[in-house]
Order: sequence, then structure tokens, then C-alpha cells
Amino acid sequence: MATPTTSLPGVTQLASGPDEKGYFTLNLGPTHPATHGIFQNILKMDGEIVVDAEQTVGYIHRAFEKIAERRPLYQITTLTDRLNYCSSPLNNMGWHMTVEKLIDLEVPRRAKLLRVIIMELSRIADHLICDSIIGADTGALTGFMYVMEWREYIYEIFESVCGARLTTNIGRVGGLERNFTPDTWAKLDRFLKDFPKAFEEFDGLLARNRIFMDRTMGVGPISGERALAYGFTGPNLRAAGVDYDVRVAHPYSLYEEFDFIVPVGTAGATYDRFMVRQEEIRQSVSIIRQALVKLKDEDPSVYRAEAPEWVLPPKEAVYSAMEPLIHHFKIVMGETEVPVRQIYHSIEAGNGELGFYLFSDGGRTPARLHFRRPCFIYYQAYPEMIRGALLSDAIVTMSSLNIIAGELDA
Amino acid sequence: MMMEETLLTELRRVLGDRILSHEADDVPTIGIKADDLYEIVDALYKDEKLAFRFLTTLFGMHYPAEKGESERLGLQVLLYNMWTGQRLRLTLSFPIESPELRSITPIFPTANWMEREAYDFYGIRFAGHPNLKRILNIETMTAFPMRKDFPLEDLSRDDKDDRMFGR
Repeated sequence: MATPTTSLPGVTQLASGPDEKGYFTLNLGPTHPATHGIFQNILKMDGEIVVDAEQTVGYIHRAFEKIAERRPLYQITTLTDRLNYCSSPLNNMGWHMTVEKLIDLEVPRRAKLLRVIIMELSRIADHLICDSIIGADTGALTGFMYVMEWREYIYEIFESVCGARLTTNIGRVGGLERNFTPDTWAKLDRFLKDFPKAFEEFDGLLARNRIFMDRTMGVGPISGERALAYGFTGPNLRAAGVDYDVRVAHPYSLYEEFDFIVPVGTAGATYDRFMVRQEEIRQSVSIIRQALVKLKDEDPSVYRAEAPEWVLPPKEAVYSAMEPLIHHFKIVMGETEVPVRQIYHSIEAGNGELGFYLFSDGGRTPARLHFRRPCFIYYQAYPEMIRGALLSDAIVTMSSLNIIAGELDA
Repeated sequence: MMMEETLLTELRRVLGDRILSHEADDVPTIGIKADDLYEIVDALYKDEKLAFRFLTTLFGMHYPAEKGESERLGLQVLLYNMWTGQRLRLTLSFPIESPELRSITPIFPTANWMEREAYDFYGIRFAGHPNLKRILNIETMTAFPMRKDFPLEDLSRDDKDDRMFGR
């Protein structure tokens, strides 16, 4: 470094020589709080501008596809819990439906409606987290704290159905493990009464907030064409203007009977993703209301299929009668005959099309199980979306994509 | 089960005799030769009527040696036509000694990580892939862990006898 020369006392001049421009590398993660999960981004920075990025994934890879090859179908449900852990019930239900498709088991209408309620609650919980985190990452922590109460409340509803909150293992092949209790119905009523009000207040905090709009509009955009090329599905694809929703394109669990809107964005930017998720929360509430109306015509004692060789019998029966004991043993040990088939089933999970490819060779475990994890597929597009953006925009883009490490790494 | 006749006719029009086998249990499936992968995906993408322009997923398979059959690796490609809601599964297999395929990343950018995953877990090499390296496993790993001969349990453990469970 050249010695500064002073012409006047107290005034320092810059060193002479060419004004060189250099890039530097910034490691965002693996354990940075702003990434909301364990994954690393190696960013090439020009000052505060992101020039290029490379993701490193696999920090919490748990070899679920390998483990699944050694587990009977029933025991795989717990693996699906840990994919997108913000909406475990959606994954659980997707898996049960895959198995039901494999063995050709028809689920009673009422069980399907109960499943719809659980799935939509789960979608609300997932979207609430994502949207409120976008707020938190732009500096508005209040909304996050405010809706967290309602996410907790949704978890309480899950707890009263299945006994667990986060990794729910909810439902069983053929329906649900037990009927909704009066406590569940009471909680659901309170949720439908009070949540929409709280949600609109949260919406009012951010949706038309000038600062929030300036921070998110046009940030991290992707066109519909590029989103499709990158295999986007779910809210992120819809934000780019493509109205693909598995619930509409390939209805399952009676979704064809429900009346709901598939919201789409225009620019595929952070604000579009936020708004699409917000509207989907409203639609989910409406779907739950419709399900409650449909449930009025159903026999309130039905919550699972009558298929003893597939549906776990009640515990009391297992301890007191021979037949249920045999079925219980056979189901738990995976001794029931399964057909030799290769099937693919997908559901609209929180982040998009969650697909299960199941290859059963007639053995007690799958010969191959592949999870189509929406996160893993669309996270590839991240460098393209943030090139030329500010570092703070890169972070808010990531949180609006709702990358969940569990789903990313499987 | 037979495949829907109209779809099969259209596939025959585009692919001719490159369809080795076909079935339609759940997703309509055609068996193809490993060497034809790129050309077939490209033809299905470009055809105006079939227009399989969305890659749902792609993943490796391992078929251990059975009586009369040698050990093989495989690949499944799930294509989707978003306008008509038509799914199509391509299935192909090849000897484990020469796990070479042509990458379809130039057609579908999303195949990039899927192919890396297939390489990581099955050792399938994709020629023409921009960045073929391990993705979920550690770089220093030498095995391909989703192959059936790779043990799930840590072999050094003697406190677990797993003969009763699993296959």
C-alpha cells in the first residue's frame, strides 16, 4: 500500500493506482439463521450484489428411500412425517393414499372428508409459517409472532386427533386411527370462528404495507416458462402464473366435489408467492367449511374402511379377541399379501406436487420407493432467481420459496 | 392391462419401433432402450400433439442378479403433459458394468439434480451433464448406497440381529 500523502494537515488522500474491482466469496450457511434450515449457499458477491450462487445440499440426508426398502408399508408413514415437517399430515395422507391405491382399497366417504379437513389445516399451518417468515425476513417480526399462536392451535387440533403435534403419523391405511373427539370438533369450531379474523389482521399488516411491497415486489422473479422447465409445482409455480394444482388436475380424496379457487400470480416474484399463499389459506378455510357441511349427511361413527387385513384393529379388540390379534400381528409384521405393481400417486402438498413412486414386488417391503420432493426439485432454480439481486433480496427470495431442509434432503 | 389405444397410436406415430414394451397399470408405461433415452424424450417434448413438456421426476433403479438374469441398473422417467393431464413413464435398464446414459438436462433443466441424485445413489453416469457430482452424500464416498448390495445396517454392529425383519 502506498503511503498516504498529505497536502493539507488532517486530510488523507486515497492511494494512487487503478481502482480494481474484485469479487469475494460469502458462505451463507450451513447454519445461518436466515436460511431456516441446514443448507449452504456459496455466494459470489460484488459488494452487496450476488453475482453467482452455488447450493450445497444433503446436510440432513437420512436415506429415507433406503430405509423404506427395509420397512413394511405401515412403518413408512413415520418417514414421511420428516419430509416437510411443517405439514407432516399432508405427507402422511399422501402415503396412505399411495398404499390404498396399491392394494385397491376404497376409503369411506366420511373418512375422506375428515382427511380433507386435516390436510387443509396442515396446508394452512405450512403457508402461515412461510408467509410470516417472509415478513420476519423483511424485518416485520410482529406478524410472525401473531400467527404462530394459530399454528400452535392447529397443532393442538392434530394433537387431539392423533396425540402428536409435529411429526404426527396421523391417519392409517384405510382411514383414520380413531374418530374425531368432541374436543376436536370444539377446537375446530373455535378455529373457524376466530382464525379468519386474526388472519385478516395479519394480512393487513403486510399485504398492502408499502415497505413490505417495496421489499418483495419484483424480487427473485421467475417466468412461467422457466418455472416449468425447472419443474416447479405448487404455490411457487402458481405465483409464476401457471394454474397447476394436483387437487384440480388429478383429484383425490373427494377434492373434485369442493369448490375453490386456484390463485395465480403474474411475475413469479416474492410478493406473488406471498399473495398466492395468503389466498390459498382463505381457500383452505372455505374447503374446511364445505367439508363440515358435507359431513352432516354422513354416519358419524364411520372413520375407516372395513378391511381387517389392512386396517389396524382397535387395541381393546387386539387384547380380547383372536381374529383382531392375528390381523394386528400380520399388519405390523407386513405379512399381508401385496400385489406386484408399480404405481405413482401424488398430492398437492404445502410446496407442490409430492409424489410417491412405489414399486412393490410382492415382498413385505417396497422394492423401491421414490419420493418426488417438490423442494428438492425447485431449489435448483435459486441461483438463477437471485443473480444480480442484493444479498437481503436473496434471503427473502429463499424464504418465499419455502425451502424445508427435511424435504430437500429426504 | 392395456394402454389406452389413442395414446399408444400417438406414441407409435412418434417413436415407431423404439417402443420395446408397453403396459398401463396406473401410469401408462413404455419400455425403451437405454441408448434411445435422449432422442425419445426430445421427440416427445417436441411433438405438438403429445407435448410431454414437464418432467415430473426421474430416478434410478437397481435390479440384482436373479436366476438367468444378470445384474442391471435402470432409470424411470415420469413425463407429464400439463394441458391434457396425461402422464407417461419411460422405463429402461442396462447392464451394471456400463452405466452410461445421455443426459436429458439440455431438454429439462430440472433433470440436473435428479440426474445427480441417480448418479449419487446408483452410479449412473450421464454424458453431457454440466456438473455430475454427488449431491446428497459426502463427496468422499466411494459406494453407491441405493444399490441392493449396500447394507443398510452398520456392519460393525453386533447388537442388532435383523434376520427376522425386512427382506
